[in-house]
Amino acid sequence: MKKEYSKIIALHFSPETSRLPMMYNLAKKFDLTFNILKARINPKEEGHMILELSGTEEDYKKGLSYLQEHGVSVQEVAQSISRDEESCLHCGLCTSLCIARALCLDLKTRLVIFDSSKCTACGQCTRICPVNAMHVEINGDF
Amino acid sequence: MSVVFKRTIAEINEKIKKGKAVVLNAKEMARLVREKGKKIAAREVDVVTTGTFSPMCSSGMLFNFGQHPPLIKASKVWLNGVSAYGGLAAVDAYLGVTEPAEDDPLNKVYPGQFKYGGGHVIEDLVRGKSVRLKALAYGTDCYPRKELEKDITLAELKNAILLNPRNCYQNYNCAVNLTNKIKYTYMGPLRPNLGNVNFATSGELSPLFNDPYFKTIGLGTKIFLGGGIGYVIGAGTQHNPGPVRNKRGIPMQPSGTLMVKGDLKQMQARFLRGVSIAGYGCSMAVGVGIPIPILNEEIAWYAGVSDEDIQMPVVDYGADYGQGKSRILKYVTYAELKSGQVEIEGKKVPAVPVTSYALSLEVADLLKKWIESGEFLLTEAQEKIETN
Repeated sequence: MKKEYSKIIALHFSPETSRLPMMYNLAKKFDLTFNILKARINPKEEGHMILELSGTEEDYKKGLSYLQEHGVSVQEVAQSISRDEESCLHCGLCTSLCIARALCLDLKTRLVIFDSSKCTACGQCTRICPVNAMHVEINGDF
Repeated sequence: MSVVFKRTIAEINEKIKKGKAVVLNAKEMARLVREKGKKIAAREVDVVTTGTFSPMCSSGMLFNFGQHPPLIKASKVWLNGVSAYGGLAAVDAYLGVTEPAEDDPLNKVYPGQFKYGGGHVIEDLVRGKSVRLKALAYGTDCYPRKELEKDITLAELKNAILLNPRNCYQNYNCAVNLTNKIKYTYMGPLRPNLGNVNFATSGELSPLFNDPYFKTIGLGTKIFLGGGIGYVIGAGTQHNPGPVRNKRGIPMQPSGTLMVKGDLKQMQARFLRGVSIAGYGCSMAVGVGIPIPILNEEIAWYAGVSDEDIQMPVVDYGADYGQGKSRILKYVTYAELKSGQVEIEGKKVPAVPVTSYALSLEVADLLKKWIESGEFLLTEAQEKIETN
């Protein structure tokens, strides 16, 4: 049975690969669905992209290997964003700009829940958290 | 035949000393009054503890940094590059929490980040960190020194008093943005076209919702302040004694305020946090908890206020507020806001808190623990705060 597998990942392309139709190949060769959340090619011709990649777990892994074989570095967004639990006040202000709803208030406990698997690393929370509790470390600058 | 039920603060203190006082937090009291009524609640409960933890911009530290001969009459004073007011006697100064570091780029790159200000200095001091003191003077016959620069810690300051001219606002506006551009306000970021509604209170836990007519809270009331002990020293600035009230006596607009003070040296950084509000400025989140002695049924009734009883005005911070217009778009209850979204002008709008409910509850519960353990006694107010 096929299982839907989905992750938000950050890709870093070297100048050599940034001109290749990698996304097209992912879809065509591995039957993966992609949703580009952010993309940029800098003046040095390096590419940065954040996308949500979905398919079966097997296809997802094959697709990821394909990217890595072609020199694309892959980083899971969930692993590159963090919250300083000591510092967080659980006020809830960050939820105002978290469109992905990775940060939301638990209505029972009134604590702010951070679901990193939903995070698109947009970085808005890092700019508005009053106590600077949110940190994003993503390859490349957006 | 009904007997008028009464209890005095002295009686309550006797029970506290014996470890026999019955103390509820304001949330528990709301439930008790709802379920059993004020008569039973008044008889069963001695003290209700309230709590709030929110940015409170009208806060600061009055300090004396001691003389380091030759003597100085400091006229300009900085702590970690944040300017303090030095127009007081020799080495006295006042540091306000909204004062940004002198080299802060402010809103030059909008929205500004305001990474470090007076509130952050206070938090650093309470954490035991040393801060850079700089003082300048013009020099006099009696105070010849013209410059002083040294690292100093909270322990080394002669005095450090948290002295907040306006805290604990009784009710507050809920902020929305009716324009089509994002706005960065002291209520947080407001997305365009009613993208979100921001609110700042701890509702049924909030001190002044539990004593809406200042029947027990006044000058001299001993309180939880910043994780230590403090006192109410009167009405705060901008105190409005004559608000419009709903049927339960709850003001329908920002109204009562408190001026408070306490010795900073016994406070905890968990309850005094420097904050940076994007596009607006620096401030400090302050934890305040006020005990309410249940002296009679009427006081029990007011301390039993529920989230559903609290109505808050929704105001446009996109344009109206800055122009001094107080147009109220509608009233929403705190219970509605707590549900996560409210309907405004036909649109379901996500509700975003500015006040930490979790820490507000922690303040109320910590104060409850202090009273239950017998270490915190209540005081009689020495002067009433004006109210209608």
